[in-house]
Amino acid sequence: MRNLWTMLTATRGKTRLHWTDWVSYGYLIMGIFLMFGPVLWLVLSSFKTEAALERFPPTLLPYTQQTVAVEGYDDPLPLFKMTAGEYEGRTLAQLRRVGLQAQMIDPAKPDERLRVSINDREPLEEIYLATENYTSLFERFNFLRFFWNSTFITVTATALMLLVNSMAAFALSKYEFRGRTAVLLIVIGTLMIPQTVVLVPLFLVVTELGMFNSLWGVIIPGAATPTGVFLLRQYMITIPDEILDAARMDRASEWKIFWRIIVPLSAPAIAVLAILAIMWRWNDFLWPLIVLTRSENFTLQLALNSFQGELQTDWSSLLAMTVLTLLPIATVFMFLQKYIATGIASTGGK
Amino acid sequence: MLQILTPLMRIIEIPMLALQRRLGVNKLAWVFLMPNLVLFGLFAFLPVLLNVAYSMTGGDNVLLGDRPYVGGRNFGLLAECDNFLDPNSCREDKFWRAIWNTSWFVTLQVGIMVGFSLLTAIILNRDIRARGFFRSVFFFPVLLSPVVVALIWKWILQRHGVLNAFLDWTGIGGYNWLVDAQWAFAWSVFISVWAHMGFYTLILLAGLQAIPRDVYEAALMDRASPWRTFRRITLPLLSPTLLVVLVLSLIKGVQTFDEVYAFTGGGPGTATTFIIQYIYEEGFAGAPRLFGLAAAASLVVAGVLVLLTLVQLWANRKNVDA
Repeated sequence: MRNLWTMLTATRGKTRLHWTDWVSYGYLIMGIFLMFGPVLWLVLSSFKTEAALERFPPTLLPYTQQTVAVEGYDDPLPLFKMTAGEYEGRTLAQLRRVGLQAQMIDPAKPDERLRVSINDREPLEEIYLATENYTSLFERFNFLRFFWNSTFITVTATALMLLVNSMAAFALSKYEFRGRTAVLLIVIGTLMIPQTVVLVPLFLVVTELGMFNSLWGVIIPGAATPTGVFLLRQYMITIPDEILDAARMDRASEWKIFWRIIVPLSAPAIAVLAILAIMWRWNDFLWPLIVLTRSENFTLQLALNSFQGELQTDWSSLLAMTVLTLLPIATVFMFLQKYIATGIASTGGK
Repeated sequence: MLQILTPLMRIIEIPMLALQRRLGVNKLAWVFLMPNLVLFGLFAFLPVLLNVAYSMTGGDNVLLGDRPYVGGRNFGLLAECDNFLDPNSCREDKFWRAIWNTSWFVTLQVGIMVGFSLLTAIILNRDIRARGFFRSVFFFPVLLSPVVVALIWKWILQRHGVLNAFLDWTGIGGYNWLVDAQWAFAWSVFISVWAHMGFYTLILLAGLQAIPRDVYEAALMDRASPWRTFRRITLPLLSPTLLVVLVLSLIKGVQTFDEVYAFTGGGPGTATTFIIQYIYEEGFAGAPRLFGLAAAASLVVAGVLVLLTLVQLWANRKNVDA
């Protein structure tokens, strides 16, 4: 503990912390609380039983009331600890509650029925992870279907986007041809046309191509992105032309040069773009909302949104589903956060 | 992993080689560009043209050929207002409410978010321990999907949620936040700032780190106060990055839809209905589906975005040249 404190308070070169350092660390620690806290609360809540979720004020950890199986009763009976009255200190099981009174029995002597006031007792609780919140998703909803739809869209769209964008970036960085500037301007031009402002005509185009209510209607329209082309082009420009010339001397075809030389050498930039694409596609909402209207085509995001309307009170399923939706992205983030950060900083977003 | 694709690439090589022989090496560039350009054409440029056509037609048929030409009537409908400052006096009051809501939202959200991002970036740029960790703490919510962000906060803010429990405990007392128009709006701004500020913090931090250290050392020699150093050195040298951040967040702010739609559904009433939601509801969610009106409203948004994007490209020109 002492060592930890020395480590935390030690500064490079300076002997002790200035008051501004204290303010800075205070701000950052508040940041941890505010940024991680809500997500942590969601995860903790998703393991609570329906009864624990309704409790107010809520408990931090998921608790459930202990029960006991008593001979002669089909269902397990809830256990209470008596805090006052005649039976103080004893642990009793409740048979039924009538108003402010409850009929209880001692699990050891099930024949004798005791009458107690409900104010004299406290429920006996234990920590319990309600994993049935998660398992019921697979039984009650078409959860695997939504998960598959999201995964299929994300994987296919990312692969397609990487291929199409890197081909275009290759042409724009390694060939001298008439009209190159014009093409670059066209690519910049598409920056000004976000999906949100062409929803109606895009819907017509997609419908006419027979992709309405098809996963391809979500995959294909977003496959060409100006961000991707620029990101890859900036990287490919730095690859020396001599390598290409050497390959041409060896009679390699242009496609082979692209596939065998340019793509492997651009791997860092392609990886960054791949991460961004996975993130965009997994989290995509508005366009899938318009194209996919049948529930068997829903992505996880759409399913989550439509269920929050239908299951207003069924928070236990909703919370579990939210956790499963953020899990893949959170995992990717944990392993690749450094690349994500540099990727986003270098592209300036979408 | 790439080995899996090798057979596929071999197959593509056959037609590409044939094309290379016919066209020559330089013209092959167009072949490489083709898939991308076709996609841009079909899903970006063609829709822009179609959007103009749609905005001048009426009815609820999606096929353009079956839609009656109405000229500027859709725009007239949107602009039919006694007093532009008061949505109640407008024929299409929902449109104007959405416009005003969006304007207020963008002003507040961008202002607060850029302020906090700048503060966070400056603190992260100090000589602190575990910078990488703290940076990812603030960046983490950027990765969450809008629906997840909305549900996380809905769960916290619900009547029997943890925030109300805390407020009860302190004696202030809880509140049914999302039923109150003003609070729903305020919380929408909050969750939007929460979800996106990490992204702008990252860009600003990169900008701060690009400022040479010796400038600060010189300021220290001259015994400049921290505030003066900030005003006279940090802010001017950071202003290009700050401009990029400002314009980028404006562009995204105008298009806010997902998280607020999942959070409040645009309500209570129309308190948090923004312009993209208006377009979505006119064109896709309601009956009859007023594609013409939605397209006309899209053009209004597109105009604003084109302006902002031009400013962005101008602000970014140094980065593009480099």
